[in-house]
Amino acid sequence: MQEILERRAVISGLGQSTVGRRLDRSNLDLTLEAVSAAIADAGLTTADVDGLSTFPGGALHARDAGRYAPTGVRDVQDALRLELTWSHGGAEGPAPLGAVVSACLAVAAGLARHVVVWRTVTESSEQGEGSRAEVAHHAGLGDKRVDGYRQWSIPFGAASSVNLLALYAQAHFDRYGTTREQLAQIALNDRTNAAANPHAVFRDPLSIDEYLSARMISTPLCLYDCDVPVDGSTAVVVSHRDFASDAANPVAHVHAVGTAMRGRPSWDQFDDLTTMAARDAAEHLWSRADVTTADVDVAQLYDGFSFLAIAWLEALGFCEQGAGGPFVEGGKRIARDGDLPLNTDGGQLSAGRLHGFGLLHEACLQLRGTAGARQLDAPETAVVANGGGPVAGCMLLTKGD
Amino acid sequence: MSTDATTRPLPALTPETGFFWTSGADGRLRILRCQSCRTYVHPPSPVCPSCGSRTLTPEPVSGHGTVLTATVNHQEWGLLPTPYVIAIVELEEQPGLRLTTNIVGIDPAEVRSGMPVQVRFEHDADVYLPVFEPVR
Repeated sequence: MQEILERRAVISGLGQSTVGRRLDRSNLDLTLEAVSAAIADAGLTTADVDGLSTFPGGALHARDAGRYAPTGVRDVQDALRLELTWSHGGAEGPAPLGAVVSACLAVAAGLARHVVVWRTVTESSEQGEGSRAEVAHHAGLGDKRVDGYRQWSIPFGAASSVNLLALYAQAHFDRYGTTREQLAQIALNDRTNAAANPHAVFRDPLSIDEYLSARMISTPLCLYDCDVPVDGSTAVVVSHRDFASDAANPVAHVHAVGTAMRGRPSWDQFDDLTTMAARDAAEHLWSRADVTTADVDVAQLYDGFSFLAIAWLEALGFCEQGAGGPFVEGGKRIARDGDLPLNTDGGQLSAGRLHGFGLLHEACLQLRGTAGARQLDAPETAVVANGGGPVAGCMLLTKGD
Repeated sequence: MSTDATTRPLPALTPETGFFWTSGADGRLRILRCQSCRTYVHPPSPVCPSCGSRTLTPEPVSGHGTVLTATVNHQEWGLLPTPYVIAIVELEEQPGLRLTTNIVGIDPAEVRSGMPVQVRFEHDADVYLPVFEPVR
């Protein structure tokens, strides 16, 4: 049988910077805080690190600089004077999680032994005090012609992924009868979990009435269906499994990754307007796994918008296609004491938009058993899912090998 | 309605897409079509994804289609006066032949999936943006 090569990789170190709103710190500063913490957490020093991997990579051109193209490989390599045998930064591929997948493959291939992987966001500071219209203007939407794939949506006022995501959510509502009350459970569950996470950005209780009366952003999605921009950096060290017994803390074993994206890679041309790319990545994941949905003890599913977590629950087969609404109804099943604890750190909706790396970090903490007040009862298998719309990637992590 | 000034961003006219964005000058929507296997191809591409032919030509279509899904945007982005409807419309010529567009000429709250719509154009500078309204 063909070897599942990603199983040669483990996540040996975890690091996260301060996470907050408008921290007024540079992208590189936050990155180095997280990267240094992850290296130390693994019991390594910078001299041990021979690989770097990041999403979306650094800006090669000044016009690309700004909120979406922050600290790149060369910035970290130089700041820490690293001697690298492998490195990669890029925005294409299976969502931000692709940076982790690439690191696993580099380790499995022997191109590097310890790869530090990070994702840093400073969207909160760059949003600043200005209006969203000013943000759009500064992103180049207001004063120049739009080309590339954005020309098919932005001239029609689809300024944000919330609009494109709303089209999918509405299609799901129309076809399957999904309701706002059901969608709300993702946001309410996140907020409940965030109360047990001292690092979460929004920790005050959220009621169903507050959710239902919140202002609409793009129907059927309201304010609480949208994640919260933050400043912060998350880093992990991906090492060869031979290092597991030498690591300073318990490692998480990479059991399988899902990277397939078979549908047309755009929001409006994807064949099924209710499933998104998660469908293919999830199917790919299970095709490489020795475990099933029944073995999963905790799910950390991308919730940049609430509906994405529903889409991932369906794609991963925790329920039938279209049954995500009833699956989360009432919220008990996805609570920390439910059958499938979901986004135990508060997710992106309440802990902050760390672009999927916060959820990866949380999965590793839960497997280690060091998640503090929100720690589950000895989970052994976690699924991490990342991305939405036309991009998706996912991963199964286990406590043992 | 919003009182803030809004500016609709316009698409760049390129050799591959210029025909699409200017097609409405004569009131007709055009979509690139393979001259070998007759498949409509959108967004425009130099190669037919069905048969591999490189002979593709813009051809007029009826401008009739169906709303597959729609959202009412309420957030101020500074692009269009709110609220406005963003939709994915499937043209009647071919399953899966879709455009992201606006639905106009109707109360935004009344737009539904499955609604039959027809094209009309919003002329701005050198661009004729194809938007859709309910079939009369």
